[in-house]
Amino acid sequence: MILAQQQRALTMLFKIEARAEPSRQMALAAPLIATGLTIVISSIFFLTLGLNPFLTLYTFFVEPLTTKNGLSEWLLKASPLILIACGLSIGFRANVWNIGAEGQLIMGAITATGVGLFLPFQESGLLLPLMAVAGVIGGMAWAAIPAFLRDRMNTNEILVTLMLTYIAALILSWLVHGPWRDPEGFNFPQTALLPNQGMFGVFDYAYRLNTSIFITVVVVVLTWVFTERSFLGYKMSVGGAAPSAARFAGFSSSASIWIGLLASGAAAGLAGMMEVAGPLGQLSPQISPGYGFAAIIVAFIGRLNAIGIVLGGLLLSLLYLGGETVQLSLGLPSSIALIFQGMLLFFLLASNFLINFRFRKIAMRAH
Amino acid sequence: MLTPQAVQKLFETLRQLSDEGCSILYISHKLDEVRDLCQSATVLRNGQVTGETDPRKATSAELARMMVGSDLPEMMVESSELSNAPILSVSNLTLEAESVTGRSLKSISLEAYGGEIVGIAGVSGNGQGELAAAISGERITNAAEDVVLEGRPIGHLDAGKRRDLGLGFVPEERLGRGAVPPYELSENALLTAHRKGMVKHGMANRKKAREFASHVIDKYKVKANGPEAKAHGLSGGNLQKFIVGREIELDPRALLISQPTWGVDVGAAAHVRQTLIDISRSGQAVIVISEELEELFESCDRIYVICHGKLSQSLNRAETDVEDVGLLMTGIGSQTNDSGSTTEGFDYAV
Repeated sequence: MILAQQQRALTMLFKIEARAEPSRQMALAAPLIATGLTIVISSIFFLTLGLNPFLTLYTFFVEPLTTKNGLSEWLLKASPLILIACGLSIGFRANVWNIGAEGQLIMGAITATGVGLFLPFQESGLLLPLMAVAGVIGGMAWAAIPAFLRDRMNTNEILVTLMLTYIAALILSWLVHGPWRDPEGFNFPQTALLPNQGMFGVFDYAYRLNTSIFITVVVVVLTWVFTERSFLGYKMSVGGAAPSAARFAGFSSSASIWIGLLASGAAAGLAGMMEVAGPLGQLSPQISPGYGFAAIIVAFIGRLNAIGIVLGGLLLSLLYLGGETVQLSLGLPSSIALIFQGMLLFFLLASNFLINFRFRKIAMRAH
Repeated sequence: MLTPQAVQKLFETLRQLSDEGCSILYISHKLDEVRDLCQSATVLRNGQVTGETDPRKATSAELARMMVGSDLPEMMVESSELSNAPILSVSNLTLEAESVTGRSLKSISLEAYGGEIVGIAGVSGNGQGELAAAISGERITNAAEDVVLEGRPIGHLDAGKRRDLGLGFVPEERLGRGAVPPYELSENALLTAHRKGMVKHGMANRKKAREFASHVIDKYKVKANGPEAKAHGLSGGNLQKFIVGREIELDPRALLISQPTWGVDVGAAAHVRQTLIDISRSGQAVIVISEELEELFESCDRIYVICHGKLSQSLNRAETDVEDVGLLMTGIGSQTNDSGSTTEGFDYAV
């Protein structure tokens, strides 16, 4: 009897098939499904650890936002994620896979700091704009290397951008340990502090959030206009969705490569500049907690759409904060926080699958 | 795809098998073959049986009516005046294959005048794809003069610039080449019709694109849920009508169309063919690459045959027949051309 039931269960087959049209309901429902699954599975997970799931989830998602400092930190961390993800989405839509935004961020931070510390405009109001320009150029220049190699020699930009990240990190390390080390810094591997004219103003001296967040807002709007409304953005998207159609229409693939990499490099370089001219105030060996890599996740959670990226950036930033909060107030190990973060991101990206595909039960065969 | 001679050989074998007592279920949309071969026929349309008949007694028109649901329009082919000079000409085009499975083109020359439809016949994989890409601009040729449009060398230009100068192209792959599958028809209108005032200050005018798509849908009788329908949601025939319509609405001087009726139902195929005849009669040059000899003989004024990457001399439709062209397709045919010389520069290898 049991065997027969098992056999029947085995013959209950499901087929995955592509939808003729992407489902609009699913596009809205997917994040809810992901959230629901995360809450259910993580509750089980927390229960097995002897934790109260309600309290833990509350500590993770709500507690960080109950203080002004929490809100400030939330936006401060979301800003570079959103900025970089906006740049990445432009390339990703065209199948240009810049994985090395972290390296471009570092180079942007280096060039911006170089301008801030060593140019003779220390007291000028022009210093901050010049640093921003230097950051953009630094990120773009670092991204131009894989663009050139991909365009001329057909190298794989995924590998090149990733490997250049390590080179950038080592250049940074060399600078702060060597030539740029602050002579009055007690031998710590860091540069001197940037002059006041080279720092973004904060809204309130009690909190770290600064005016650079307006730059991110502007970039989000520009990205939306570029991807959703401009003809160049359309041409690049065609190259990503159907390369043969782009060739058929005469859209240049090397333009897509250059624009995709330079735009993301510029955004990452600017984010690096905003970090040093904002919360950091100087260069040190670790200037980014992996914003450049996390922004890849943000871009995909946001489905490569500027508005989605804002939501994705806010979510990931909250996950960072929540992870810290549960460690501090509940004493959870950081690995638990990481498992939870991974779970949510996994469900979010996996449920997007349902927008374009569906499961269909195949008729049961009687044995 | 088989040559007419090979089809006859296949039919002999099938008849022999059925004489020996084997039952054969033959699925085809080629009405002549069904009438030639089968003793009874069941006609399907939209997943439903629409008729059963003895094809030996029925006419092609009767079978077609069951398939399409209405009478096929008669082809209207009027004679026309040719332009003085060729609108599109390819001269001595040689192009290396891009991949090991590709076919190299060997000194191909052809001309298409305004007012005529020129066919290119051949068994698939003999260089049709490479020739189409070289003419359309998806591949740049070695010398600019290899392809000339209205006296202007265009071999060095990409597909977009060639389209700007008046060269239209409909590729055989509709999904992924002629259209972007997950995009709406209005977005697919933008793909090539953006040059009709749909871009201003670098911004795409979605409203104009929607209007253009609606216009094409109405004029070319595309069955779709409006300009918002996704390209991959359309049937092959309807998407083909949309792409053909889009390219014709750009008002090209010369139109190259590859496999115009592949996977297209009989009704839509007749519509596409009539459209091609109409635009050629209004003074445009039309080049049709097809494996369907019936189709070429029905609508073309002249036919070239491509085999092993080489192109035959041009054959006037009135002076040739399926037999001749079929032999040329296999590369073993003798051929006569306009001036009566034979088999010059032709490849005999099989």
